Order: sequence, then structure tokens, then C-alpha cells
Amino acid sequence: MLFKLSLKNIKKSFKDYAIYFFTLILGVAIFYVFNAIESQTVLIDATSGTASIIELMTNMLSGVSVFVSFILGFLIIYASRFLIKRRKREFGIYLTLGMSKRRISMILFIETILIGLISLVIGLGIGIVLSQLMSILVANMFEADMTKFSFILSKSACIKCLIYFGIMYLLVMIFNTINIGKCKLIDLLHSSKKSEKVKLKNSLLCIVIFLISASVLGFAYYMVTGGIETMLDSADKIFIPIALGIVSTFFIFWSLSGLILRVASKRRKFYYKGLNSFTLRQISSKINTTVFSMSIICLMLFVTICILSSSLSIKNSMTANLEELVPVDVEFTKMIDIDTSNPAIIEDFDLSIIETLEKNNFDVQNKLKDIVSFDIHKTEKLTLKETLGKQVLAKYKFMHYDAPEIIIGLSDYNKVARLFGHKEYTLKRDEYMIIADYDGMIDARNLALKERPSIVLGEKRYQPKYDECKYGFLEISSTHINGGIIVVPDEALESIPVTDKALLANFSTNNKEEIKKINQELRDFADKTWKNSSFTTVTTKLDIAESSIGLGALVTFIGLYLGIIFLISSAAILALKELSESSDNKERFRMLRKIGTDEVLIRKALFRQIAIFFLFPLILAIVHSVFGIMFCNCILETFGNEQLLPSIIMTSIFIIIIYGGYFLITYFCSKNILRDA
Amino acid sequence: MNEILKVEKLEKYYGGKSNLTKALNDVSFHAEKGEFVAIMGASGSGKTTLLNCIATIDKVTAGHILVDGLDITKLKGNNLNKFRREELGFIFQDFNLLDTLTAYENIALALSIQNVNVFEIEEKIKKVAHQLGIEDVLQKYPYQMSGGQKQRVASARAIITNPKLILADEPTGALDSKSSKMLLERFNYLNQELKATILMVTHDAFTASYASRVIFIKDGKVFNEIHRGDNTRSEFFDKIIDIVTLLGGDLNDAL
Repeated sequence: MLFKLSLKNIKKSFKDYAIYFFTLILGVAIFYVFNAIESQTVLIDATSGTASIIELMTNMLSGVSVFVSFILGFLIIYASRFLIKRRKREFGIYLTLGMSKRRISMILFIETILIGLISLVIGLGIGIVLSQLMSILVANMFEADMTKFSFILSKSACIKCLIYFGIMYLLVMIFNTINIGKCKLIDLLHSSKKSEKVKLKNSLLCIVIFLISASVLGFAYYMVTGGIETMLDSADKIFIPIALGIVSTFFIFWSLSGLILRVASKRRKFYYKGLNSFTLRQISSKINTTVFSMSIICLMLFVTICILSSSLSIKNSMTANLEELVPVDVEFTKMIDIDTSNPAIIEDFDLSIIETLEKNNFDVQNKLKDIVSFDIHKTEKLTLKETLGKQVLAKYKFMHYDAPEIIIGLSDYNKVARLFGHKEYTLKRDEYMIIADYDGMIDARNLALKERPSIVLGEKRYQPKYDECKYGFLEISSTHINGGIIVVPDEALESIPVTDKALLANFSTNNKEEIKKINQELRDFADKTWKNSSFTTVTTKLDIAESSIGLGALVTFIGLYLGIIFLISSAAILALKELSESSDNKERFRMLRKIGTDEVLIRKALFRQIAIFFLFPLILAIVHSVFGIMFCNCILETFGNEQLLPSIIMTSIFIIIIYGGYFLITYFCSKNILRDA
Repeated sequence: MNEILKVEKLEKYYGGKSNLTKALNDVSFHAEKGEFVAIMGASGSGKTTLLNCIATIDKVTAGHILVDGLDITKLKGNNLNKFRREELGFIFQDFNLLDTLTAYENIALALSIQNVNVFEIEEKIKKVAHQLGIEDVLQKYPYQMSGGQKQRVASARAIITNPKLILADEPTGALDSKSSKMLLERFNYLNQELKATILMVTHDAFTASYASRVIFIKDGKVFNEIHRGDNTRSEFFDKIIDIVTLLGGDLNDAL
């Protein structure tokens, strides 16, 4: 009997449940898709390097899943509370008929189980289909060929879904029982009759508050963009604009309703046209009563946009960077004269890199070509303190200014530049120049170079040839990390000790398999020889590519996961807020019909009301994001930011689909509810 | 003779074959321009159904309703809405004011959905507010007003469009006696000075006594009809009570 009642209830109130269902299904599907990534990666024949990244990624994704399940759990409880609210009258009738609260809880219990089961089944179904698409994305991320496509069902992800969502539904049931237990019959029966008092804010105060929060927000924007240099002094300072942003967002929404009404009612021609006055009042009262959730939603959207666009662009930029920043296949470096008592290492100091390689049975002649070796010099007497000068250092407090500068002879540098395809330079006997590619340091160094500081090496003084850094690097890497290399004429280095030896080379083969083999050999070699040689690094293009691809994929997947969940949560909360007021709205729209308002006008008013309600937080979030992304770019500029546009387009597509989807469902649901009126 | 409302053989059935309820069974009457007609009847007599049919809120089963010669039972969709907002004015028992709008905006809404320009709206509201004595509540919200004030605002909204016919459904139902009296005097004013045609449904003899004619309805049929003629209001009230008694105490909540 109770089961029948529950089933009928679900059927009857399907309209109300649409948003709830949609959210649950989406939640389950996304949860499955991201937890099933692990099994998708089976399709890729991963090298050991990639495999470890994949393992890291899987671990991180399951960690994030716990967080996500918390968000979804809150969302589901919130949604079910909304549904109970809508059905208070129904429960009131059950109670007056003599049904016990325990039995009502039982009805809800059965309903939750039914809804839970249906949404889990549908959600998993959609998730399994989507995850097949995901495998294409996974292959694309790891730049692997999708040669063998096969249908993959991840059992572990299914089980995980069942357990996590099972717990969530259990919590919902407990919550519902408590909620019903606390209800009083009189409130249940009269819940629909509470008339809302219009709490009006002083419109002048609203304008003042709005202007103040807008300017505070402007200041926060300035702090993270124009004034970013002072920002970077210490990590704590970043909290100031964030706090300012949060507070001003809240007060903007707080004052918005008053402001809109004030501005609109001044424009009488607009205000007293059709249902405009009604629509504006509806919106302002809605904003008025949902200031807190609007602010939260706006901030969540902001985080979503930033996460999505930054994470997508990091991946894109990293791939693009590889071409530019890793022009050769391998780089060896070796430190000289380090403090050690190991005789094997001391003996190794005098050997060149090629000699060390050959001594360890690596066939240099046949496996490497385009070999260029160079020496790096350092001296305690030339540090950042000398090259940057006190004024610049005072501005960039975070720099480690006792670090000795890296110095290289001109002929060595030109050899490297020729190999990399960079510009070669000439220097007069008393000139030096700086090569760099890390924007943060370039700014600092350029500032210093404006003063044309001279440096002293040995007994001689050298003048800068250019008043700015020139582009270039010596070390292959996935990101722009060259903070500055001093290039001086060869003879200047006679008295400066060599501290590192380095060698750049290409593999003599283009065959992928052979490259992999050499790569593996070099890895083993590095593992084997580190004890009795002074090798510090063996970096290969393949290693860099794998780790940067892996890192890119990691960031992208986690970004996507969190971004989508945040997006769903904020859209769902908005939708529920809108629908929960539909019973009040029902009365109002009934009145409008009674005085003879056209259906077209009514539909338009409803559409505008919901659209504006959805748009406000989004617009403010987009404005936030413009500055947020600019800030992210400054922070992440070592990753390069050339690839921002495609990721912004991708982000917009996600927002349009998910947020827009929720908007449409909300519109059609409330249209349905109001049609009955 | 200017017949503004003509109801012909009106029938309204509820339910299906097995349990047919005849809410209105062959009701005919008419009202002339400038008349103030009250329709009286007990709960369930069909008076509200009659009003809803005239208001085009409900559909008739058979018969015709002509408003100024136009058969409104034939109207559909947006023509219906157009008719409702241009030719009719409504006053309801529970006021039906929008709680988010001020009194001024509530009244203005009736005009703005007819695309009347803002200056004309302002002028008209000023006038009607004066007539109904609600000038000082125009900027208030419904929750800040008393029942009587709300009903006068609702009346202002009903008459501001200059409708051919004003329909009032138990307008005093939610008012105390003082507010009721005040409202009904305003109705008289609207009727006599502005020549508004008013059709009012009530089960209250006191309220009905303000009308110029009272039609009694019982079990879906017109039972009786009396004119006020040259009687004073209290004489007319006594006559109404006589009929109510005749009706068999069905209206014993009349007082």
C-alpha cells in the first residue's frame, strides 16, 4: 500500500522531480566517467613514465571524487529538502488522516530508494556511453593512437558509484526522517498561505553600497592585474583581493535589487509598459531573498570558469611549448668539483661527457648525432645582487639574490644557438649580454639593464651590449624556466672556474621504437652510474614530453571534473530556488490571467524573470573571471599562455550546455506549473 | 434602453454522465447600462458559477452571454484575454492584488497591459484614487494596507480601464462592517456619478441592499427578482430579507 502510494507520488510529481532527477543522473554519470578513466587508459600502450603518471592521476581523481561526493551529497540533500517543502500540504493531509509520522517517513524512504535506483541505472547507462567518448579524449590527451577501440565497462567505477551514491541516498533518508519528525501539523497544512512581506531596502542606501562595492571590486581587480608586481611579494597577499572580491560580490547582490528598482522606476516609460513593473518586482524580490545563494553561486561559477579555462589552456600550452622548448633529443649535464670523497667521482671530474658515456659502454658514435658540448661557469663574486642592483631587488623581494649567475662563453653559446636554431650574437671585448625566456625574470632584468650596470669578471669590467634580455635558453625543459644566463666573450672566462659540463645531441635515428630503446638505455644508464660519476641529469625529449603530457592530462581531467561538478551544483541550486517559489508565482500569474493579460505577455515575463535570475550571477562571474584568468596567466606564465582562446571557447561550450540546460528545464518546469493555474 | 448584459438560457453542467451536476439550469436575465445588480443565493446555488461564466473564466455548457451585443461564449484564446482586459473589471473577495507591487503599480498594471502610455496612466490613477479615497495608500504594499483599503485599490484597478461591466464576487466577504459600508458607498458613487454598470454576487443582504436590483438564485435557477425603485436602502433591505425568509432560511447566514 505504501509502495503504491510512493510510486504514484513520483509519477504525479514528476514535473517537480525533473530537476532532481536531472541532477542525480548527471551526477552519477559524471562520477562514473571520471572514475572509469583508469580503465580507459588500458587502451594506451603506455611507457613506464606514462604509467606512473596515470597511476598518480587515478589516485588524485579518486581523492577528488571524495570531495565531489561531498558536494553532490549536499546538493542532493538540499534538493530533497526543497521537494519536501513543496509537498508539505500533502503530508499534512496524511497526518490529519491519522497516518503516523513513521509511515510518512516510510513513504519518503521508499520514494528515495525508487528515485535512487532509477537515477543510478539511467546515470550509469549514460555514464558508460559517455565514457566511451571519454576514451577518445584520454587517447588524445596522452597523444596515443586509438588503434584498438573496444567497449569498456569499468566494474570498479560502477561499484564505487553504487557505494558513494548509496551512502548519499542513505543520508538523504536520515535527513528526511528528521525533517518530517520536526514538522508541526498546523505548519504543514498552512504552509502555502504564508504571505511574503516585501522587505524593502532603502534605495539610496543601495546605490551607495553598490557604488562602494563596485569600486572595492575594481580595486581588487587592479590588485591582481595592474598592481600584480606588489602582489607577488609574498604569498599571503593574494588573500586580500580574494577577500575583497567575496565581500564585494555579496554586497553587490545585496544592493542590486534596490538599484534595479530605483533605476527602472525612474524610467517610467519603460517601467509602466506591459508586465515590466511586475517582472522587475519579481526579480528584485527574488534577488533580495537569495543574496547569499546568489553570491555563492556567482563565486562557484567564477571558480568553474577559471578552473576550466586555465586547466585546458595549460594542457594546450604545454604541448605547444614542447616544439619550442625542446629542440633536441637529449641533454646531459655534469657537475665539476663538487665536494665528495668518492674517488670514482673525483676521477670522473676530468672526463668529458662523451668520455664518461663511452667508459660506461654507451655507443656515442652510432646513437648520437649533432653533438654540441659546452661549459658553464659560476663564481661567488657574480650573483643576482650584483647584476640586478639594490633597487630592483627591493622590488622583487622573493628572489634568492645570493645565487651565483650562470655564465657562458660566447662561442659556446653560439654553438648551442646554431643547434637550436636561435639567433647568434657577437660581443666586443668588454661587452656582455643576458639570455632569458622566463617573463617574470625578464621584467626584473630589463629593469636593471635600463641602468646599464657593468659587471666585473676577474679584473675586467664589462658593459651590457643591449638594454634588454635576449631570447634563448641552454636547458631543454617543458616550460620557460631560463631566468637569465650571462654571455661574455670567451677570454673573460679564463679565470672563472667551470662548474658544469653539458652536452646536447640528437638521436641518430627517427624510428620511434629505436628512440624508445635508446631512451630506456639512457634511463638505465643514469640509474647505474650516478654513484660513481658526477652526472646530475640526463634529460630526453621523450621524458619531457611524457611528463608534460601526463601533467597536462592530470590538470585537465581534474579541472574538468571539478569544473563540471561546480557548474552542475550552482545551476541546480538556482533552478531549485526558482522552482521553490513557483507556488507563490502560481497565485500571481493566476491574478494576471484574471485581469486579462495576454498569454504571450505572461510567457515573456516568466522567461525574462528566469533568464535574468540565471544571468546575473553568470555575468558577474564572467567579469570576475576576466581578471581571474589574467591573474592565472601571470602566475602560470611559465607554462605559456598562447593557447587561451580555444580553452575559453571550450569553457563557454560547457557552460552553455550545462547551465543553459538547467535554465531551459527550469523554464519549462515553471511554465508547466504555472499553466495549471 | 441600452442593454449591456444579456444572459440567455445559460446552462453549466459539471461532472460526467453518471454524476451530472447542473450548476446553472436555464438562467436568463439582462442588465442595462448604469444598473447596479446584485445576485443573491446560498452557498452552492450557482451564483459564483454564473459570475465566472460571465467573466469568461469558466466555459458555459449551453446558452449565450452577450456583452454589449457581443456573444462572449464564442470568444477564444487571446480574444478572450483582450475582452477580459478591455471590457471587464474584476473585484474579488480576496482582493487579488499582487503582493510584490505597490497599490499604484497594481492599478497601473491594468492599463500597462493595454499599452496605455505612462502619462495617461498617471493621470487616470490620480483621478480614480481621488474618487475612491485611496490617495494616501498609493505608495504602500498590500501587506501594509487594511482589508478595506485593499478592496478599494482592487476596485480602482477594476474601474480604471473604463470597463463596460464591473463584476464583483463577494467584495465585502473579507471586510469588517465599517469597511464594507465604506466600500459599498463607493460602489454607489461609481454607479450613480460615473454611470458604471456593476454586477455583484453576494450572500449578504446588507451588501445586496445597496444595489438597484437583486436577482435571487436557487439551485441553478432564477428564483425571484426585486427592484429597489423609490425605496430607501433600509426599506429595500427589509424587502430582501422577506425574500430570503421565503427562500426557506437557506440564506440564514444572510445577516
